[in-house]
Amino acid sequence: MNPWPWYVSGPLIALVMFALLFVGKQFGMSSNLRTACSIGGAGKASDFFDFDWKKERWNLIVVLGAIIGGFVSANYLSDNTVNINPDVVIKLESYGINSAGESYLPTEIFGDESLSDPKILAVLLIGGFLVGFGSRYAGGCTSGHAISGLSNLQLPSLIAVIGFFIGGLIMINFIYPLIF
Amino acid sequence: MKTLVYLIIGVFFGIVMYKSEAASWFRIYEMFEFGSFHMYGIIGSALAIGVIGTQIIKRRNIKALGGQDMQLNPKAMSIPRYLFGGLLFGLGWALAGACPGPMFVLAGAGYGSILIVIFGALGGTFIYGLLRNKLPH
Repeated sequence: MNPWPWYVSGPLIALVMFALLFVGKQFGMSSNLRTACSIGGAGKASDFFDFDWKKERWNLIVVLGAIIGGFVSANYLSDNTVNINPDVVIKLESYGINSAGESYLPTEIFGDESLSDPKILAVLLIGGFLVGFGSRYAGGCTSGHAISGLSNLQLPSLIAVIGFFIGGLIMINFIYPLIF
Repeated sequence: MKTLVYLIIGVFFGIVMYKSEAASWFRIYEMFEFGSFHMYGIIGSALAIGVIGTQIIKRRNIKALGGQDMQLNPKAMSIPRYLFGGLLFGLGWALAGACPGPMFVLAGAGYGSILIVIFGALGGTFIYGLLRNKLPH
Protein backbone atom coordinates (compact mmCIF):
# COMPACT_ATOMS: atom_id res chain seq x y z
CA MET A 1 0.00 0.00 0.00
CA ASN A 2 3.04 2.27 0.14
CA PRO A 3 3.34 4.87 -2.62
CA TRP A 4 5.78 4.05 -5.38
CA PRO A 5 9.12 5.83 -5.14
CA TRP A 6 10.19 8.23 -7.88
CA TYR A 7 12.73 5.82 -9.36
CA VAL A 8 9.94 3.31 -10.01
CA SER A 9 7.31 5.83 -11.10
CA GLY A 10 9.43 7.84 -13.55
CA PRO A 11 10.60 4.85 -15.62
CA LEU A 12 7.02 3.52 -15.71
CA ILE A 13 5.84 6.86 -17.14
CA ALA A 14 8.55 6.53 -19.80
CA LEU A 15 7.18 3.03 -20.46
CA VAL A 16 3.69 4.48 -21.06
CA MET A 17 5.18 6.93 -23.56
CA PHE A 18 7.10 4.19 -25.41
CA ALA A 19 4.09 1.87 -25.41
CA LEU A 20 2.03 4.57 -27.15
CA LEU A 21 4.84 5.30 -29.64
CA PHE A 22 5.13 1.59 -30.36
CA VAL A 23 1.45 1.34 -31.31
CA GLY A 24 1.86 4.39 -33.57
CA LYS A 25 0.40 7.02 -31.23
CA GLN A 26 1.81 9.69 -28.95
CA PHE A 27 1.59 10.49 -25.26
CA GLY A 28 -0.47 13.65 -24.73
CA MET A 29 -3.43 14.03 -22.42
CA SER A 30 -4.63 17.60 -22.96
CA SER A 31 -5.56 17.04 -26.60
CA ASN A 32 -8.47 14.97 -25.27
CA LEU A 33 -10.00 18.21 -24.00
CA ARG A 34 -9.98 19.55 -27.56
CA THR A 35 -11.50 16.31 -28.82
CA ALA A 36 -14.22 16.52 -26.17
CA CYS A 37 -15.05 20.08 -27.31
CA SER A 38 -15.27 18.83 -30.88
CA ILE A 39 -17.63 16.00 -29.90
CA GLY A 40 -19.74 18.56 -28.04
CA GLY A 41 -20.24 20.51 -31.29
CA ALA A 42 -17.65 23.28 -30.78
CA GLY A 43 -16.73 22.95 -34.48
CA LYS A 44 -19.68 25.23 -35.20
CA ALA A 45 -18.06 28.00 -33.14
CA SER A 46 -14.44 27.63 -34.28
CA ASP A 47 -12.68 25.67 -37.02
CA PHE A 48 -10.13 24.75 -34.34
CA PHE A 49 -12.66 22.13 -33.28
CA ASP A 50 -13.81 21.23 -36.76
CA PHE A 51 -11.91 17.99 -37.35
CA ASP A 52 -12.62 14.30 -37.54
CA TRP A 53 -12.59 13.51 -33.83
CA LYS A 54 -13.05 9.80 -34.49
CA LYS A 55 -9.34 9.68 -35.37
CA GLU A 56 -8.68 10.68 -31.76
CA ARG A 57 -10.90 8.00 -30.31
CA TRP A 58 -7.87 5.94 -29.26
CA ASN A 59 -6.79 8.71 -26.85
CA LEU A 60 -10.25 8.87 -25.28
CA ILE A 61 -9.91 5.16 -24.60
CA VAL A 62 -6.58 5.85 -22.88
CA VAL A 63 -8.45 8.41 -20.76
CA LEU A 64 -11.15 5.86 -19.96
CA GLY A 65 -8.38 3.52 -18.86
CA ALA A 66 -6.86 6.27 -16.68
CA ILE A 67 -10.25 6.74 -15.00
CA ILE A 68 -10.43 3.00 -14.30
CA GLY A 69 -6.82 3.07 -13.08
CA GLY A 70 -7.73 5.85 -10.65
CA PHE A 71 -10.70 3.86 -9.37
CA VAL A 72 -8.66 0.68 -8.89
CA SER A 73 -5.80 2.54 -7.19
CA ALA A 74 -7.92 4.53 -4.77
CA ASN A 75 -10.07 1.54 -3.77
CA TYR A 76 -7.62 -1.37 -3.76
CA LEU A 77 -4.01 -0.20 -4.00
CA SER A 78 -3.64 2.84 -1.75
CA ASP A 79 -4.38 4.06 1.76
CA ASN A 80 -5.04 7.45 0.12
CA THR A 81 -2.72 9.53 2.25
CA VAL A 82 0.31 11.48 1.08
CA ASN A 83 3.27 12.30 3.29
CA ILE A 84 5.01 15.50 2.30
CA ASN A 85 7.83 17.60 3.73
CA PRO A 86 6.96 18.73 7.33
CA ASP A 87 8.04 22.30 6.53
CA VAL A 88 5.57 22.36 3.65
CA VAL A 89 2.87 20.97 5.99
CA ILE A 90 3.46 23.92 8.34
CA LYS A 91 3.28 26.35 5.43
CA LEU A 92 -0.04 24.81 4.35
CA GLU A 93 -1.40 25.07 7.89
CA SER A 94 -0.76 28.80 7.76
CA TYR A 95 -3.13 28.80 4.77
CA GLY A 96 -5.73 26.88 6.78
CA ILE A 97 -5.04 23.59 4.96
CA ASN A 98 -4.64 21.02 7.71
CA SER A 99 -5.31 17.76 5.90
CA ALA A 100 -1.71 17.08 4.75
CA GLY A 101 -0.72 13.55 5.72
CA GLU A 102 -4.35 12.52 6.21
CA SER A 103 -5.76 12.55 2.70
CA TYR A 104 -4.77 12.29 -0.97
CA LEU A 105 -6.21 15.71 -1.83
CA PRO A 106 -6.77 18.57 0.63
CA THR A 107 -10.28 18.16 2.03
CA GLU A 108 -10.40 21.95 2.50
CA ILE A 109 -10.42 22.31 -1.30
CA PHE A 110 -11.73 19.01 -2.65
CA GLY A 111 -14.10 17.95 0.13
CA ASP A 112 -17.75 17.92 -0.94
CA GLU A 113 -18.67 20.44 1.77
CA SER A 114 -16.16 22.92 0.29
CA LEU A 115 -18.30 23.17 -2.84
CA SER A 116 -20.66 25.52 -1.03
CA ASP A 117 -17.79 28.00 -0.64
CA PRO A 118 -17.77 30.35 -3.67
CA LYS A 119 -14.04 31.00 -3.23
CA ILE A 120 -13.19 27.30 -3.44
CA LEU A 121 -15.54 26.87 -6.38
CA ALA A 122 -13.71 29.70 -8.15
CA VAL A 123 -10.30 28.13 -7.35
CA LEU A 124 -11.36 24.83 -8.96
CA LEU A 125 -13.04 26.44 -11.95
CA ILE A 126 -10.33 29.01 -12.71
CA GLY A 127 -7.56 26.48 -12.05
CA GLY A 128 -9.14 24.13 -14.56
CA PHE A 129 -9.76 26.96 -17.02
CA LEU A 130 -6.09 28.01 -16.99
CA VAL A 131 -4.95 24.40 -17.42
CA GLY A 132 -7.25 23.97 -20.43
CA PHE A 133 -6.50 27.34 -22.03
CA GLY A 134 -2.77 27.19 -21.31
CA SER A 135 -2.22 23.64 -22.49
CA ARG A 136 -3.94 24.29 -25.81
CA TYR A 137 -2.14 27.63 -26.27
CA ALA A 138 1.18 25.93 -25.52
CA GLY A 139 0.20 22.93 -27.65
CA GLY A 140 0.64 20.42 -24.85
CA CYS A 141 0.75 19.79 -21.12
CA THR A 142 2.97 17.84 -18.76
CA SER A 143 2.72 14.64 -20.81
CA GLY A 144 3.06 16.24 -24.26
CA HIS A 145 5.82 18.73 -23.45
CA ALA A 146 7.56 17.78 -20.18
CA ILE A 147 7.73 14.06 -21.02
CA SER A 148 7.27 13.49 -24.78
CA GLY A 149 8.67 16.78 -26.08
CA LEU A 150 11.70 16.95 -23.80
CA SER A 151 12.45 13.27 -24.46
CA ASN A 152 12.64 14.22 -28.15
CA LEU A 153 14.89 17.19 -27.23
CA GLN A 154 12.42 19.77 -28.52
CA LEU A 155 13.38 23.36 -27.67
CA PRO A 156 9.71 24.48 -27.83
CA SER A 157 8.92 21.96 -25.09
CA LEU A 158 11.73 23.30 -22.93
CA ILE A 159 10.31 26.82 -23.30
CA ALA A 160 6.86 25.51 -22.39
CA VAL A 161 8.16 23.65 -19.32
CA ILE A 162 10.01 26.79 -18.18
CA GLY A 163 6.67 28.57 -18.61
CA PHE A 164 4.93 25.89 -16.50
CA PHE A 165 7.35 26.54 -13.66
CA ILE A 166 7.27 30.33 -13.91
CA GLY A 167 3.46 30.13 -13.73
CA GLY A 168 3.48 27.65 -10.84
CA LEU A 169 5.98 29.69 -8.84
CA ILE A 170 4.02 32.90 -9.39
CA MET A 171 0.86 31.11 -8.24
CA ILE A 172 2.16 29.67 -4.99
CA ASN A 173 4.42 32.57 -4.03
CA PHE A 174 2.33 35.60 -4.98
CA ILE A 175 -1.26 34.51 -5.56
CA TYR A 176 -1.75 31.86 -2.83
CA PRO A 177 -1.10 34.41 -0.05
CA LEU A 178 -3.89 36.53 -1.56
CA ILE A 179 -6.35 33.64 -1.86
CA PHE A 180 -5.78 31.55 1.27
CA MET B 1 -8.07 -5.68 -30.11
CA LYS B 2 -6.35 -2.30 -30.50
CA THR B 3 -9.01 -0.77 -28.27
CA LEU B 4 -8.03 -3.21 -25.54
CA VAL B 5 -4.36 -2.21 -25.88
CA TYR B 6 -5.21 1.50 -25.48
CA LEU B 7 -7.40 0.67 -22.50
CA ILE B 8 -4.65 -1.33 -20.80
CA ILE B 9 -2.10 1.44 -21.41
CA GLY B 10 -4.60 3.90 -19.90
CA VAL B 11 -5.29 1.76 -16.82
CA PHE B 12 -1.55 1.33 -16.29
CA PHE B 13 -1.00 5.09 -16.69
CA GLY B 14 -3.80 5.82 -14.20
CA ILE B 15 -2.34 3.48 -11.60
CA VAL B 16 1.16 4.95 -12.08
CA MET B 17 -0.20 8.51 -11.68
CA TYR B 18 -2.06 7.61 -8.50
CA LYS B 19 0.53 5.36 -6.88
CA SER B 20 3.39 7.76 -7.66
CA GLU B 21 1.31 10.51 -5.99
CA ALA B 22 1.86 12.68 -9.07
CA ALA B 23 -1.94 13.01 -9.04
CA SER B 24 -1.89 14.45 -5.51
CA TRP B 25 -2.45 18.17 -5.03
CA PHE B 26 -0.03 17.98 -2.07
CA ARG B 27 2.82 16.70 -4.24
CA ILE B 28 2.30 19.45 -6.83
CA TYR B 29 2.29 22.12 -4.15
CA GLU B 30 5.37 20.61 -2.52
CA MET B 31 7.12 20.55 -5.90
CA PHE B 32 6.56 24.27 -6.44
CA GLU B 33 7.81 24.90 -2.88
CA PHE B 34 10.95 22.86 -3.76
CA GLY B 35 10.08 20.85 -0.63
CA SER B 36 10.99 17.40 -1.94
CA PHE B 37 12.94 15.68 -4.68
CA HIS B 38 10.01 13.33 -5.35
CA MET B 39 8.32 15.05 -8.34
CA TYR B 40 11.66 16.12 -9.83
CA GLY B 41 12.84 12.53 -9.49
CA ILE B 42 9.76 11.25 -11.30
CA ILE B 43 10.05 13.70 -14.19
CA GLY B 44 13.86 13.43 -14.27
CA SER B 45 14.00 9.63 -14.34
CA ALA B 46 11.18 9.49 -16.92
CA LEU B 47 13.19 11.91 -19.04
CA ALA B 48 16.51 10.11 -18.63
CA ILE B 49 14.95 6.95 -20.02
CA GLY B 50 12.78 8.89 -22.46
CA VAL B 51 15.72 10.75 -24.02
CA ILE B 52 17.87 7.61 -24.36
CA GLY B 53 15.01 5.52 -25.76
CA THR B 54 13.96 8.21 -28.21
CA GLN B 55 17.54 8.55 -29.46
CA ILE B 56 17.75 4.78 -29.97
CA ILE B 57 14.45 4.81 -31.89
CA LYS B 58 15.68 7.62 -34.13
CA ARG B 59 19.19 6.31 -34.78
CA ARG B 60 18.08 2.78 -35.50
CA ASN B 61 14.98 4.03 -37.31
CA ILE B 62 12.76 1.71 -35.30
CA LYS B 63 9.21 1.61 -36.64
CA ALA B 64 5.91 1.37 -34.84
CA LEU B 65 3.65 -1.67 -35.14
CA GLY B 66 2.55 -2.16 -38.74
CA GLY B 67 5.73 -0.54 -40.05
CA GLN B 68 4.54 3.06 -39.76
CA ASP B 69 6.84 5.82 -38.50
CA MET B 70 6.82 6.61 -34.80
CA GLN B 71 5.06 9.85 -33.93
CA LEU B 72 8.16 11.87 -33.11
CA ASN B 73 7.31 14.99 -35.05
CA PRO B 74 9.37 18.13 -34.38
CA LYS B 75 7.39 21.02 -32.90
CA ALA B 76 7.25 24.34 -34.79
CA MET B 77 9.45 26.96 -33.15
CA SER B 78 7.92 29.95 -31.42
CA ILE B 79 8.64 31.76 -28.17
CA PRO B 80 5.40 33.58 -27.21
CA ARG B 81 3.19 30.58 -27.81
CA TYR B 82 5.12 28.22 -25.54
CA LEU B 83 6.11 30.81 -22.95
CA PHE B 84 2.69 32.47 -22.51
CA GLY B 85 0.76 29.24 -22.96
CA GLY B 86 3.11 27.46 -20.59
CA LEU B 87 2.86 30.25 -18.02
CA LEU B 88 -0.94 30.15 -18.03
CA PHE B 89 -0.84 26.37 -17.76
CA GLY B 90 1.56 26.61 -14.80
CA LEU B 91 -0.72 29.06 -12.99
CA GLY B 92 -3.59 26.61 -13.38
CA TRP B 93 -1.51 23.55 -12.54
CA ALA B 94 -0.49 25.10 -9.22
CA LEU B 95 -3.98 26.47 -8.50
CA ALA B 96 -5.95 23.28 -9.19
CA GLY B 97 -3.04 21.01 -8.27
CA ALA B 98 -3.80 18.77 -11.22
CA CYS B 99 -2.79 18.55 -14.86
CA PRO B 100 -4.91 16.95 -17.60
CA GLY B 101 -3.93 13.29 -17.04
CA PRO B 102 -4.35 13.22 -13.25
CA MET B 103 -7.67 15.11 -13.54
CA PHE B 104 -9.25 12.03 -15.05
CA VAL B 105 -7.42 9.66 -12.70
CA LEU B 106 -8.86 11.61 -9.75
CA ALA B 107 -12.34 11.50 -11.28
CA GLY B 108 -12.03 7.71 -11.33
CA ALA B 109 -10.73 7.75 -7.76
CA GLY B 110 -14.05 9.29 -6.78
CA TYR B 111 -13.23 12.93 -6.06
CA GLY B 112 -16.39 14.68 -7.24
CA SER B 113 -14.90 18.18 -7.02
CA ILE B 114 -12.40 17.36 -9.76
CA LEU B 115 -15.33 17.40 -12.19
CA ILE B 116 -15.47 21.17 -11.71
CA VAL B 117 -11.77 21.37 -12.62
CA ILE B 118 -12.43 19.25 -15.73
CA PHE B 119 -15.41 21.44 -16.62
CA GLY B 120 -13.16 24.51 -16.27
CA ALA B 121 -10.48 22.86 -18.43
CA LEU B 122 -13.03 22.16 -21.17
CA GLY B 123 -14.14 25.79 -20.93
CA GLY B 124 -10.55 27.01 -21.17
CA THR B 125 -9.91 24.82 -24.20
CA PHE B 126 -13.08 26.09 -25.87
CA ILE B 127 -12.28 29.77 -25.21
CA TYR B 128 -8.77 29.24 -26.58
CA GLY B 129 -10.34 27.87 -29.75
CA LEU B 130 -12.39 31.05 -30.09
CA LEU B 131 -9.51 33.45 -29.35
CA ARG B 132 -6.57 31.70 -30.96
CA ASN B 133 -6.46 33.87 -34.08
CA LYS B 134 -6.11 36.95 -31.88
CA LEU B 135 -3.29 35.55 -29.74
CA PRO B 136 0.45 35.79 -30.52
CA HIS B 137 1.72 32.37 -31.59
